[in-house]
Order: sequence, then C-alpha cells, then structure tokens
Amino acid sequence: MPSSLLWAVDVYGRVYSLSTAGQQWEQCRDAHLEFKRVTAVQQCCWGIACDHNIYLNVHASDLRIRFQEETYENQRWNPVDGFSDRLLPSDRWQWSDITGLKHQPLDSFRLPSENWEWEADWHVDENFGGEPTEKGGWTYAIDFPATYTKDKKWNSCVRRRRWIRYRRYKSCDTWAKIPSEQTCSLPDPFNDISCGGWDITEEPRGRLSLWAVSLQGKVWFRDGIHHLNPEGSAWEEVSTPGEVVQISCGPADLVWAVLWEGQLLVREGIGRDNPKGNSWLVVESPSPEVGAIHVAVGSNVVWAVTKDHKIWFRRGVNSHNPRGSGWIGMVGEMVMINVGLNDQVWAISREDRAVYFRQGVTASELSGKAWKAVSVPRDSDRSHSSASTSSLHSAGCFFGGEVRLQSQNSVLSDVDSDTERVSAGAPPAPEPADVPKPRIPKVTSDSFISELVSDREGQIGRREVPPVAPGSSIPEEEQTEGEAEDKGEQVAGLSSSRSGGLDPQWSNVDLQEEQAQPAAPPAADAADTCSLSSVATYNLEEPYGADEHPLWAWVSGGGCAIDSHSQLNWFNSTGLNSSVPSMSLSITPAQTAAWRRQIFEQLNERSKREMENFKHYEQAVEQSVWVKKGTMQWWRDWKPHKWVDVQFALEQFSGPEGNKDGILFIYYTFNDEKKYLHVFLNEVTILVPVLNDFKHTFAIYTAERTKQRWPIRLAAATELEMHDWLALLSVSCCDSRGIQGPPSKQAIWSITCKGDIFVSEPTPSLEASPYPTPCDQMFWRQVGGHLRIIECNSLGVVWGIGYDHTAWVYTGGYGGGFFQGLASSTDNIYTQTDVKSVYIYENQRWNPVTGYTNRGLPTDRYMWSDASGLQECTKANTKPPSPNWTWVSDWAIDYGVPGGTDREGWQYAADFPASYHGHKTLKDFVRRRRWARKCKLTTTGPWQEVPPISLSDITILPCGPKSTVEQVPLWAISNKGDVLCRLGVTSLTPAGSSWLHVGTDQPFKSISIGGVHQVWAIARDGSAFYRGSVSAQNPAGDCWYHIPSPARQKLKQVSVGRTSVYVVDENGNLWYRQGVTPSYPQGSSWEHISNNVRKVSVGPLDQVWIIADKVQGSHSLSCGTVCRRLGVQPVEPKGQSWDYGIGGGWDHVTVRANAMEAPRISMPSLTDNANNRTAPRSPAPVRNQPEMNGNALGS
Amino acid sequence: MADDKDVLRDVWFGRIPTCFTLHQDEITEREAEPFYLLLPRVSYLTLVTDKVKKHFLKVMKPEDVEEMWFEYEGTPLKWHYPIGVLFDLHASNTALPWSVTVHFKNFPERDLLHCPSNSVIEAHFMSSIKEADALKHKGQVINDMQKKDHKQLWMGLQNDKFDQFWAMNRKLMEYPMEEGGFRYIPFRIYQTTSDRPFIQKLFRSVSSEGQPHTLGDLLKEMFPAAICQDDEPKRYQVLIHGIEPMLETPIQWLSEHLSHPDNFLHVSIIPSPSD
Repeated sequence: MPSSLLWAVDVYGRVYSLSTAGQQWEQCRDAHLEFKRVTAVQQCCWGIACDHNIYLNVHASDLRIRFQEETYENQRWNPVDGFSDRLLPSDRWQWSDITGLKHQPLDSFRLPSENWEWEADWHVDENFGGEPTEKGGWTYAIDFPATYTKDKKWNSCVRRRRWIRYRRYKSCDTWAKIPSEQTCSLPDPFNDISCGGWDITEEPRGRLSLWAVSLQGKVWFRDGIHHLNPEGSAWEEVSTPGEVVQISCGPADLVWAVLWEGQLLVREGIGRDNPKGNSWLVVESPSPEVGAIHVAVGSNVVWAVTKDHKIWFRRGVNSHNPRGSGWIGMVGEMVMINVGLNDQVWAISREDRAVYFRQGVTASELSGKAWKAVSVPRDSDRSHSSASTSSLHSAGCFFGGEVRLQSQNSVLSDVDSDTERVSAGAPPAPEPADVPKPRIPKVTSDSFISELVSDREGQIGRREVPPVAPGSSIPEEEQTEGEAEDKGEQVAGLSSSRSGGLDPQWSNVDLQEEQAQPAAPPAADAADTCSLSSVATYNLEEPYGADEHPLWAWVSGGGCAIDSHSQLNWFNSTGLNSSVPSMSLSITPAQTAAWRRQIFEQLNERSKREMENFKHYEQAVEQSVWVKKGTMQWWRDWKPHKWVDVQFALEQFSGPEGNKDGILFIYYTFNDEKKYLHVFLNEVTILVPVLNDFKHTFAIYTAERTKQRWPIRLAAATELEMHDWLALLSVSCCDSRGIQGPPSKQAIWSITCKGDIFVSEPTPSLEASPYPTPCDQMFWRQVGGHLRIIECNSLGVVWGIGYDHTAWVYTGGYGGGFFQGLASSTDNIYTQTDVKSVYIYENQRWNPVTGYTNRGLPTDRYMWSDASGLQECTKANTKPPSPNWTWVSDWAIDYGVPGGTDREGWQYAADFPASYHGHKTLKDFVRRRRWARKCKLTTTGPWQEVPPISLSDITILPCGPKSTVEQVPLWAISNKGDVLCRLGVTSLTPAGSSWLHVGTDQPFKSISIGGVHQVWAIARDGSAFYRGSVSAQNPAGDCWYHIPSPARQKLKQVSVGRTSVYVVDENGNLWYRQGVTPSYPQGSSWEHISNNVRKVSVGPLDQVWIIADKVQGSHSLSCGTVCRRLGVQPVEPKGQSWDYGIGGGWDHVTVRANAMEAPRISMPSLTDNANNRTAPRSPAPVRNQPEMNGNALGS
Repeated sequence: MADDKDVLRDVWFGRIPTCFTLHQDEITEREAEPFYLLLPRVSYLTLVTDKVKKHFLKVMKPEDVEEMWFEYEGTPLKWHYPIGVLFDLHASNTALPWSVTVHFKNFPERDLLHCPSNSVIEAHFMSSIKEADALKHKGQVINDMQKKDHKQLWMGLQNDKFDQFWAMNRKLMEYPMEEGGFRYIPFRIYQTTSDRPFIQKLFRSVSSEGQPHTLGDLLKEMFPAAICQDDEPKRYQVLIHGIEPMLETPIQWLSEHLSHPDNFLHVSIIPSPSD
C-alpha cells in the first residue's frame, strides 16, 4: 500500500502531516500562515487559514493537471475567395464553440486563476474521429449545423476546424489561495470546511464535494470541483433551518452538520445528479441535556461529540438511511473527531490533546475496539530560511493590529520561527533586536474566534448569546502578559504558573468557565458560545522544542489510506530515540549480506566437505512412498455431467534420479464398480483454481486434456482444504519437473479472467522451427496476487496492473496467496489488494397500461439478470465472485455503460436481446440498466505497489538476454488516458523513480514499445499513433504520427516486437503492419491475419502469441485461449497457423521476456540459412544462450 | 540471491559419512566388516542405525547381544543429542568418514540413557519441541496442534521427509510481527571442556531497547570466552551444523533457520584446532 498522509493542525495553527510510512510529523513548510482547520482527501488538502481565506494544497503528481480549451474556426465558401472567414449574416460566429452558439475567439480565453499557466500556444487538431485529416484539420459540410466529413465534396459549402490549447495547474504542493468571489457578496469568514463526495458516483471526472460553514452559521457548497478543476468554480449557499457551527461530508452521500443549538442536521437526497442534496433532516443530540458540538461522517458511519466531550456512535447509518437509528455512547473524552478513508476514525482527546486512532474499525465492526494514541515526534530540524519570500499574508498580519507590521521587517518571518531560534539557543537570527514584542501575540484560532464572537455580539443582537466572549478574552490577555515574564520557560513552568484548576495547561475558554463555576455543570448557553473554541490559547513565547508532546487542535484523515490490516509505526515511539530499527530479519540486503552470505557459503562448503566424496555411501533413512488422501467431488467426464463423490490420493516417491515424482489417483464408483483415474504429476501442465460462490473447485490440465478443452474438475469441501491441496499439488508438480524458486527472467506470464497469475518457463525448443514444442505442453505454475494485465522483458522487469488500475512491480519472489511455507519465498511477498465491480442488470418491458414495469413476458429474461439475461441475479442473491472477495460498497446504478444511458441509468432497445442505446425512442419496448457493486480482495504475492497514478496499460522494451540497457524504457497509459514514460527503471530498480508525462491531444488506451524504441499507441477513439524519434537518449520522443486504421475498424490494442507491429481491433481482428522498415518505421498498410482475437503479445524475437476466442477442442469449445503463431520466421513474420495452448478463461499473456532463441540443431542447411537471414533483420543483439535466474531450472 | 528456504534444505539434508566398526572386545563368529552410512545430521543415532545393527548382528550370537551403544575415541555418544551436535562436538576437524565404534555390551549406565525403542526417541523429541515452543510462544502453538500434527512432525523426522516436517514446523517458527521475534530463543550450548552437559538459559530475541540480539550477544552472556578479542588468537570455534556463523548474525534468524527439528538451536563450542 502506498504511503498516504494524515493531516493535523496544532494549537498554534501549524499544519503537520504524518505519512503512513513515516514515524514523525512533518510540518508543512510552505504554510507561512497559521491554519484553523484542514480537511484532506487523497489528492489534496483544503484549509481555512487565519486570514479567513480558503487555501488548497494539491499534492504534486507526475501527471500534471491539464485542461484542454477548445474553440472552432468556421468558414464558408464563396465563388470569389473560395473558403474564407466571410460568413453569411445568419451564420455562426467565425470563432465559436462546438455548437456555434457562443462566440469565442482565441483571445477570449483567460486563465481561471493565478494558479494556472498556459502550456503552449493554440494549435489545430488534425484528428477527426480517429482519422487524420491531413488538410489542416478542416472538416467539411453542406451547411452549419450539419454532419462534417473530412473529405471536401462538390457540395461542401462550409468548413470548420478545431483549435486546442492546454492550461496547466501550477500551484502544486503549496497552499494556493482560492480566489474569492467577485460577483456575489462574499460569504462572511469561513469557520469550518469539509471535503468528500468522491465516492458518490464512479464518474471518472474525479468530482469532489466541498462544504463550508461561515461564522454566521450559513452553509456553502463549492460547485464544480473535479480533477481538471481542483479549485472549483463558485460558492453556492445552501439554506439551513438554523445556524450551523460545523459540518462533515463523507466520501459518499453522507453529509451531517451541527447546529448552534446542539441538534444535528442530516442532508438528504445527495446523489450523482445532485451532490448538493435536497433537504435537511433534524436529528436530536445524543444526549438530551447536552448538545452536540461536533460530527464526523464516513461512508457508513456517523460519530458525534457532545459539549461534555462524550463521544457517540450512530447506529444503522447507510446510504438508504443517512439518518441512522440511534446513538451509542462510546468510551473516551474527545474535543473533535474525524472519519477518514475506510471509515477509520481519528480524534483529539480532551485530556492531553493527543491524536488518537480508533483501533479495530472494520467493515463488520465499524465502531472499532479501542483508542490508541499516535505518539510520534515532530520533525525538529525545521529550517526557516524560506520563511521570508512569499506574498502570502503571515499570521501576524491578521492579528496585525496587535502585533506589528510585518512589512517593516525585511526578514518576514513567522513569529514562531523567531521564537524557535531564541529557544534553541542558536545564534540570534538576523536583527533579533528588531523583533518587536510589544505585546504577546495570540496567534491561535480561538483568540480570533473569541474576537469574532465578540463581533457577533456587536452586530447580531438577536442571538441569545450571553456576553461571555469579551469577558473571556480579557483574562486571557492578562494571563498571557503575565507569562511573558516567564519567557523561555517550558511548558511545565508555564502550567505551574497557572492556578490549579482542572487542567491548568488548558487556558481554554470553556475550561475557564468551568473553573469559574467548578460545581455547576457547564451551562448550555455558556458552552454554546465557547463550543467553537476547541483550540487553546497559547503564548507564542513558549519555546517550541519544549513541549514534549504536541498539542493538537484538528485532525483530518480523509486522505489517509489505512485499514484495520495496516502496519503502522505510529504507536510505539520510544521517546527520544525516534528511529526504532524495525526489527526485521531481512531489513535490507545490504545490512544482512555479510552474515547471510557467510552462512550460505559455509553450508555449501560443508556439503562439499562432508558429502561430495561419500555419495556412494548408503543413506541411513530410505526414502519411501508418501501418500496423502482426501475426499472430494469430481465433475464426471461423461454425460450426464454431475458432481460425484470421489476418493483422492496423491502418492509421492523419489524417482530414479533422486527427483521426486508422484501420481494422482481419483477413485470413483461406477455402476457399483470401483474404478479409478490417474494422472502422472509430471504430465500435469497446470492447476487452475476456479473459486466461485458455491463450490471450491479447481481444474487439472494435462496436454491431452488441453486438447480436449476438458480438464479434470475437482471440488473440495472447504476453501482451506482446496488451498491445501492446490499448494501441495503445485509443489509436487514443480518437484517432479525440477522447478523451484522464482521464475526466470525469460518467463512467459499469463492471467486468467479471475485475475490469477500464471508463469511458464520457456525452453529453447519452444520457438524451434520447424518443430517447436507444442504450447499445450507448457507447464504453468501459479504466483500469488491478483492482476488484470502483466508485462515484462528479459531483463527481469515485470509490471502488472490490477482491476482497480493500481500499478504493481514484481519483487523477484514466488508464492504468496495460498502458497505458504516452502512454496513461497519469504522476504519479498507483500499484501496486495484489488477492487472490482460486480454487475447485474435490471430489465423492464413496456406495456401500454402501466408503462415500463418489472413484469415481463413469460418468454422474457429474468427481471434481474446477468448481462446475458440467462441467469437470474438479484441484488440479494448475488454474491462476491468468491469467498476471498468482500463487498465494499452498496449496489449503485452504473451510468458508464457502453452505449450511454438516460438520467436514471436506463438503456433502451426494441427487444431483448438487442443493442441498447441511451435514449428512449418510439420503437423501444424494453429497457435495462446496470447496477454495480464493488468488492475487494486482499491477498499476498510478490508484488509491490507503484503509487500513485492508476494505469490502464503498460509496455516494457523487449530486449535480448544479454543486451545492456541502462535505463529500461517503460511506457504506460494512465486510466484517464494520459501517456506516461517511466524514468529510472533498471533491472536493479524495476520500479523506476518517476513518470514523465507525454502530451497527447486525446486520451489513449493501449501502448507498446518495440525492439528499437518504436513506440506505437492506440487512442480511445480507435486510431493508431506512432511516436517519432524515441531513443535511449530521447526516451520520450518528440511527436505523434497519426496512422490511419484499417478501413472501418476501431483499433483496441497494439503490440510491437523486434520489428513486427500487430494490432487488434474492436471486432476481434488481428492485423499486421506491412512495410515497416528502419527508414520508414510507420509502415505502409495493414494486413489481416486472423479473426476471433482478443489480445496480442509480440515477443522480442517477433513471436506472436494471442488470446483467442472460440477455440474448438475435442470435447468442448473454449474462449480465452492462449495461442501461438507457428512458422514465424524472419522472412515470414506473419507465420502460418495457430498452435493452441492453455485456456479457456484466459485474459492476458505476455511473451515479451522470452528472448530465448531456438537451439541450432537439426537440418543444418535450413538453420544456417535462417540464421544468415536473421542477421540483418535483428537490431537487438540476441544470443543463443538463455540467461537463467539462479536456481530457476534444474533440480 | 539464494533464498532462506535453501538454508532449511541444506540443514535438513546435511549428512555425515560414518564408518561403524565393531569394538574389538565384542565376540563375533567371524570378522565384522565395517559398515558405511550417511547419517542425517539432524536425526538421532539410535533412530537411524537399524541397518548398522542388522549388519553386525549377522556375525554375532544372539546371547552376546545387549543394548547397542556407540562410542567415539573413548567417549560414549549420547543418542539423545542430535547426530550433528555429536559430530561437531567430538569429531569436527578430523578426517572423514567419522569413525564410530559400536558396542553391544558394557552399557555405560552413568553416561548414556537407555533407548529400548523408537517411542523413547519420539517422546524425547516431542518433549524438546514442546519445551522449545514453551520458550518461543508460551507453548501456545504446539498446544493448538492436533495429535496428528505432532505425529506429522515426528514422522517427518523419522522418514526424512523434509516437506512433511516443514509443512507443520513452519507454524512453530511464526511469531507476531510487532514482537520482532520469539519470546525466548530455545538454545543449548555444548562444550567439551566442562562437565556441565550444556548451557540453557532464558534469552530474548530482541534487547530491551528493541535491537535484535545477535549470536555475539548470546555468547557474551553465556560463554564470553568464546568471543575472541582482536589481539588474541582465536581460542574457540562456535559451530552450528558444522559451520561458524558470524557473531553479527541475528539470533532470531538463526533460531528460525539453523535450529534442529527439535526446535532448539544447538551450539557447539570447541577449542580451536592448534594446527
């Protein structure tokens, strides 16, 4: 899991973040001003600074935020000038938007705020519907508005072209001020802010909701925040039944607020089309006497704090019932509480102002188990050299009336930086004498809150606020002045200088109230006034380093991605020694190398010394047969097919060479006669787990069974039993083939439609010609983890992409998942998670009386079904794909269905089954909509996440086994369609260091890099592009060349080998690029090779492997079959026919690491010829000797 | 890079070539040929010498045969120590094969335990495992196992089935991540120079400061003389499975990887060869 940040504000208004991977609070160095509150999400953090402005800190990413502006240039033909910009009076503007209704000349485009910059100048978009126009981007039509074509015809009277320009968000990793509204009246100063809403829908736009509360108790909603517009566009007021003091917005559709009077508000009607919601619902405070002061919501939880600091958990909250059913009191006394990702809970305790984490919060136990204090030190070496510069107001300015004029100080420094220098005893900073301290400034939010409260006093007479505020602020000032004498004293001294009281360290306003009337419970009114000031007032003169534990005012876990499994190093800090050496036996190879290497070497020596010369001695213990038995169910080979109970036995023995082998027996009864079926383990080619929700099954294939497309299918009684058997069988099969340890660098990887990962060791004869090893004889073994795509090259760089688009890099291990103990490596197996959606369809038929209803014709499909309509799938009976998956969301309408939907998610058609469209026509009698529910898998495998950018495709330069490529070119497509180039990838650092964004004018979906850095890519509109001038020196190339697609085909995927370029289109056709030469790498035309192809992978020797649909076996038909092109030769790169391997149910294969050439054997004349011909065609040095990873092969 | 798993295999499959000769005082009908055998280092003498017994019984009269015992250069060999420990302790730095003398009478009651059957070895082995687990996990892991799991451990050792043994033994080698290791390290330090059979004390895997303990830390506490100063010549060899791990090696790692099947880390300290 990548590291993410927990944000907090201390009582001085300083903002800190704590990384899930870190062990100390890092001060946000950029913050020149103090903050009242922050609210974080994963990609950014919002804050209210003490200058009343809202600031946004967008975390920098390798992928910049770019917004494409577009405008259209329109022209009309006239006989005199030809096409010219002289339009008819009735025509559209010469420069307009796409509809022609809005006048928008190029110079009318302005940057939305000073946080943006232009990337380049305006340019013409040459791409038209996936095809290059080659005519300056002009598209022609008879008249406006009409259908445009790229070809000029005799009747083309008008034409237009699209101009585009990018602007870039530049204020990343810094607190950027959100420009205040010019138009309407500015809301009064904001008092609370809460960000969330990213889970309301699955929209790719990355929408966020930001709610704010002003000091007058009004609620505001920030409109238009999405990933291309992080700042949002405008504030909209949301009317409320009362005055709100605090608000909390969850990741999904929960928004709760607290009223001044202590009741709570629940927002109803929040949804995809209405993130603002409709109306408020009032919920009474948990405790009848004491009002609520704080509320925090997550996806499915609501927590609240009442004015007596008690904490409450709301029962029964979910998206259908945002209101919940009742309150449960929880242990602990907190001043505020915050719910982060995965409904994890953070709080600040009343007693010691420490940040607490709620332990044990899981989806099934949302209330968690216990509070645990986060005790990590803060970074103490704060350099304040940068404190001067910025034009941002410093905190001092806000309180400037009292403090001093910052502008007079040439060194514009925060107050606390000065004090720190003093306290640290360091040589005085420049002009220390100039630091005027006429009065002790109070730079905490609550001092200004008290001011504001007094403001309210004056202005708003109608509120029934007792005149506490002015009273409370006066003693504060006295106190602080008194403390000025103790300058330099530490906290202890400070607290001792205060009179006893409940908690003398806390000069909190309400505490003072309590001190004043210790016997009486805090009167509701008084508490009301002070409830906002959950922040203590502190004297800034207090030396920084002195406070042993930080005093926190606010915490936000909205960006902190942890769950109950996360390993955190936050809780057992050992005082001064902040860097606890993590007790790990394999900390880093470097640290352990010496002693470990010695043990390995000595054991080797020992074996030589004690055993080498004595091999002829008899063994004291003879090896015997070892049998493991069990009962299972077997899917009978003959009709009627059904599950029958069988006895299952594995007999293992030592083979003649000392290698282990085994036989698998399946004993069954047929017609009262006992029979058995057996399989030699060394003939098993693959073991495939086929977990589903009702049976724990797995399939055993041999070469013969692969030909039949009919494996042996077995079902174990429990999942555990199945995994035990699979692990044992897998180890035994590997033993019998002498395979152990990690896969070699040349390995061929494949992935099933269940996300299971398999790897096969290629042999030189696999690519032999003319008689290669048939690929149904390949042995595949499983590697832990769950992926959708995997790519590799022969230098051992392997990357994968999960269903949730997370990028993973291979760690060099093996095992994981259900492989435990000996079948798994130890130190490079990590937790891996994946999230995918399960879809079901709601089907309706129209009838003249009632319109669309869920009453279908008797012949219709189920009203709730799978995509095919054949299987009934209701919301209630649909389970996650296997017991390993757990639901992590509720059912929600999916609007992202191909073909589009209406506002309610419906797609219409004339009848089932048919092609659906997103709007209703008169001819439509049926409709359907898709519901999606997310489920999550947690497993282990040799994979480490490469945060933070989500990917949809990836490619790695294929190279010869001995080629020395210092930086391995690796390209990827982000799940938003950006093209990325990974820097710093080497065989030692396969994860690389950072992404380089390669600009495109449209989103892309597939990419592949070939032998001599030819980069080909497919855009989302199905067009192909070639990237020019990519080389080791210029890893990102310089420009894209648009390659026309095969006629009327939208391309889907591309793979480039040494020289061959293959693409697959959306109709399953495989195309070969003709005429690719070193001088003209774009090639000339497409040649059709095959249909029924789902995916293609071209290897470093130009091998062509595909995932094919509809492969007929002798017993059954399979879809998703791994196939290999036979007869591929340097002179015959298209090959001749297909060789069918493992499948069906396969989704992905990559042979891009297999640079193992066929051995030079047999038919010398032919081979010599082939080699002679190979030489000029192979730009990449390819060697005959395969390079193996340590102990990958051989026993 | 080689994997730690390979260490487990190397340890398990360690063999000592041994030449068994019948003691000259034994009465035989004809001359007894020596018997050569590869003994598993991690097993027990009486468990793996059925063939030896059979071999010599062929030349002996039944009435001359009492309980079989072994001796090396005058020292009776304790069957309840693992074979590797016996070899390291008494015979390392000597020429191979290891020459062991076989006796069938004059059982040295004061030095050796009787071993009438394999069930005695099993009882000894299982009690060692339980003792080790008591040190490592307060006995929780071994107590949670079923009878058949215990049997699997024993059968694995008896039949030299590495996979069978480790499929179960790995559970005994687990520990909570946050504790950084076992509660106490089960170890025994053997030496030839003292009358004490062996040193066994409580020793934690991690120091009170949270630092992982090393082999050096263990020796410093248990047998300081084994740690030689820079300037003086090496006086002792510290052998585990016939090798001398570096003193920097974490004791937890050693316990996980170089323990015998009885889950104890057996350390032999012998005087350095003077050559």
